[in-house]
Formats: sequence, C-alpha cells, structure tokens
Amino acid sequence: MDLSGQPAVSVEDLVVNYGNICAVDGVSFAAYSGEVTTVLGSNGAGKTSTIEVCEGFRRATKGRVRVLGLDPRIGRKELNSRMGVMLQDGGVYPSARVAEVVRHYCTLYGKSVKPDELLAQVGLSDLPNRTWRRLSGGEQQRLSLALALAARPEVAFLDEPTSGVDVNGRDTIRKIIRRLAADGCAVVVATHELDEAERIADKVVIFDKGRIVADGSLDELRSGRDEIRFRSLSVFDLAALSRHLGADVQRVHADEYLVTGTADAQRLAAFSQWMADASANILDLRAGQQRLEDVFRRLTSGVQP
Amino acid sequence: MKLLFTQLRAELAVIARNGEQLLVVIGIPTVLLVFFSNIDVLPTNGQNAIDFLLPGIIALAVMSTAMVSLGIATGFERSYSVLKRLGATPLGTSRLVLAKSLAVGVVEVAQCAVLIVIGLLLGLDTTLTSWGQGLIALILGTLAFAGLGLLMAGTLKAEVNLAAQNGVYVLFVLFGGIIIPLESLPNPIRIAGSVIPSGALADVLRQAFTGSGSHPQLSWIILCLWAVVAPLLAARWFRWQ
Repeated sequence: MDLSGQPAVSVEDLVVNYGNICAVDGVSFAAYSGEVTTVLGSNGAGKTSTIEVCEGFRRATKGRVRVLGLDPRIGRKELNSRMGVMLQDGGVYPSARVAEVVRHYCTLYGKSVKPDELLAQVGLSDLPNRTWRRLSGGEQQRLSLALALAARPEVAFLDEPTSGVDVNGRDTIRKIIRRLAADGCAVVVATHELDEAERIADKVVIFDKGRIVADGSLDELRSGRDEIRFRSLSVFDLAALSRHLGADVQRVHADEYLVTGTADAQRLAAFSQWMADASANILDLRAGQQRLEDVFRRLTSGVQP
Repeated sequence: MKLLFTQLRAELAVIARNGEQLLVVIGIPTVLLVFFSNIDVLPTNGQNAIDFLLPGIIALAVMSTAMVSLGIATGFERSYSVLKRLGATPLGTSRLVLAKSLAVGVVEVAQCAVLIVIGLLLGLDTTLTSWGQGLIALILGTLAFAGLGLLMAGTLKAEVNLAAQNGVYVLFVLFGGIIIPLESLPNPIRIAGSVIPSGALADVLRQAFTGSGSHPQLSWIILCLWAVVAPLLAARWFRWQ
C-alpha cells in the first residue's frame, strides 16, 4: 500500500471508556513513516490505551484509527505481518531460551530475517541459551525489541523500550530505533522517560488525563520558551538581578533559579557580570530552550511523569 | 501449516521443559495405575483391578492434560502476556488454539499408549473393548476438561488459577469414581460424582473398555453436555490479557 504523504498511523477523535471511566477523551494525532513519534504521559494518562487500540488489542469506544491505512480490528491479519510490537512486560515465557524465542518469531513473521543477525543487532549473541527469567531487565528489553524487529516492520509500537536498561543498553536501543526510522518505518514509542524522548523523538505527543495537550516537534514544543536556569548557594538580591536583566527571575527550588525570556549571549554576559559583581557563585548553569521536562511540567499542571 | 507446526513445536517444548507438567500428565497416572493394580485395597466388586482402574486412570490422564496442564500453562501465558504478544503476529487466534489443541492431543496419545501398554502387561482384558467408543469418549472428555481448564485460566489470576486447577483436579479424582468406585461412596457424593465430568468420562470409558459402566447412557449424556457447555463458557468468559 502506497502511503506517500499519508500518515502511517492516524488517530482521529479517539475515545476509550472502561465502564464509566473515560481513559482516552477524543484524541487525534498522526505518525509518519521515517519518523520517531514519542507518546509521553504520566501513568494513567491514556497513552497505553491509545497504543493498544492502534495495535488492535483494544476496541475503541468512538473515533477512527488507521494503521498503514487499515482498521486495526478489521485488518488485523494483514497488519500483524507488517507491524512490530514491543510490549512493556515482554510477552515471553520465562523458561523460553533467547535464540529459541527469536527463531520462533522469525518463523512466525516469515520475513527471512536471520535470527543470528537479529541477536547480534540487539547485542544478545553471547546469550543464545539463556532463559528469559535469567536475563537482566535490560537484556529482556533488548530481546523484546528483537521480536518486534523480526517483523521487519513498516510500523512499530514500542512500549517503554528503555525502561530498566543500563546506559550501554540504552545506546544500543536508541541506535536501533533511529535505524528503524531511517529505513522508513514509522516508529511510535510510548514512554514516561522525558530524557529518552528528548534523545530519539522527531515528534512528541503529550497526553494528560486522557487528552493530548501538545503535539509537535521538539523545537516546536520548546520554541519561545527560552530560559536561563542556574544554581547558586549565595544570597543575592533577586529583584536587583531581575531589574538588571530586564526579565523575570524566580527561585524555583532551594538553590535553583530561573530567568525567563531570551537566553542569548548578551543576556548571558550581563547575567555573569552581575553575579560576579555580587560575588555570587554559580554552581550549575543551563541556557537556551526549555528542557522537555519543563515543557511537560508546564503542560501537565506540574504532574511528575 | 508452517506457522501451525511451528507453534505446535513451541507448545510441546513448553510441556516437555516443565517437569511439573510431565509429572502431572505422565508420572501421576502411571504411578497410580501400577500402585493400585498391585495393592488389593480397592473395592472393585470382584472385578480384576486393572480392568477397573485403567479406564479411570485414562480419564484422570485426560483431565491432567486437557484441564490442569493446559489450564495452568495458559493461565501463566496470559499472566506473562505471551498470548497478547503472539496475538500481534501472523499466527492468529485460530492457529494458536489449534496448536494448543494438537499439543493436548499429542500428549494424550502418548499417555494412552503408555497406560494401555502397562495395562496389557498387568493383565488388562480387551476382549470386550470398543476402541471406537473409547476414542469418542476421549474426544468428548478432552473438550469438557479443556473447556473447564481454559475457563479458569481465562478468568482467574495466574496464582489463583494454579490453586483452582489443582483443587478441582483433586475433587474430580476423589469423587469421580476414578480410583474409588462411585458405588462405594456415600449417596450424596455418589450422585455428585456421577454428574461431574470425571465421573461421566470414567463411566463411559469403563463401558468402552470392559462393558462395566454403571449407567453408561446417562454418563454419555452428561459427558456430551459438559463437552458442549464448558467450551462455550470458556469462549464466553476467556480474557486474553
């Protein structure tokens, strides 16, 4: 199916109710081939319910969902052969061995993916006979990702792919995700790890209380929200600094301060000079666009992801 | 067909790898058969012990495989999201169910072969045996017990399911006329035992093997009802995740 110009995943006015509880309340977004779309949200924000409707696991109460142009419930048979899925809790029998599981899924998908190459790709070549229950959390995540790759997917739904993974494992998983997108796959990553989203996302969709509160590229979400954020143990006159910079300065934590507004070189120079004149130390300094974490906090009423 | 056999191989590998499942499906029936046919403690009303025991032990073996083994494994697969993950592959639900059914069938064939060979070695009399009736009874029994096993597996938490499967198994063995003849049990238990699937299956298998069923026509009806109702209930209430 030619999807040129069309989104690989299209969600329109989706509603998911569990009895009287509305888990997803009329959300709409799209994910495109060749991009990593990160779906962010706190626990219970509605992201997993939305992804499960896209995967065909869950029925929508209302709305229209299309994945590769197919209704995930009606076209599930075709979709299952074109879609890669990584579940948060693995989906592997504890006594199953690494190579055996990968071989099994490669056969089920029938895409001529070589199990040995897949194991090498996710860095599990040394553990072919280890059972799932004996793998570390990070190794389990990588095996779970390998099962999604066995589909040679056109669209991939990855649920918390780096959760519980060590630093090196995260690098491996990020590279694989980027490579998937570079090969033309539409990758949808559900996560609550903002740092991870910041590193891999082309586009971010933020869920809060069943609704989408932001949808755009990282630059779009952060644009117009420049800031200077610094830590200092010194006592100084906030109002004077604010007047000097011509910008609002707030104390956001015990020793952390925030200067809102532009964060260009002139303002940074003025800030540094003023702090030096006031004999105030600077323990930590960050200037530029807001971090995704700050965007998230702002949009989700301070709810910690 | 390739996907079906791939999944069938995986199902059999899971059974073979789980020692407790092998114990339930092969070990316990074999030990019970050999033990009680050699120790004269059962009130078999003058019938050769092996002639009385073998049909009941085959019923127990079917229950072990189709209900306990399948039910516990499926319950844990559901708990570990194995079923959910497989549901997102081209395998499809129908091939998954068929693969599980075939795996149960393969194990039951092996169980029956082992038990019948042991029975023959211990002097089983097959002159009155109707193999066709026996086969139909096994198929109906398998449907009934698989339905019950999957009903529990698909509705209960994995740990509760484990306890429930084993609890029901013990009750069905004790009160189903499998080892102790129903006629030797108190009246209320005898009545209950004759309407539970293990009692009905043991009775029709006794009729098929030795022509000594207590009330075979009623037992056939009861077994047929269980074979229809239990899978329907499982299909209605089973939750994949």
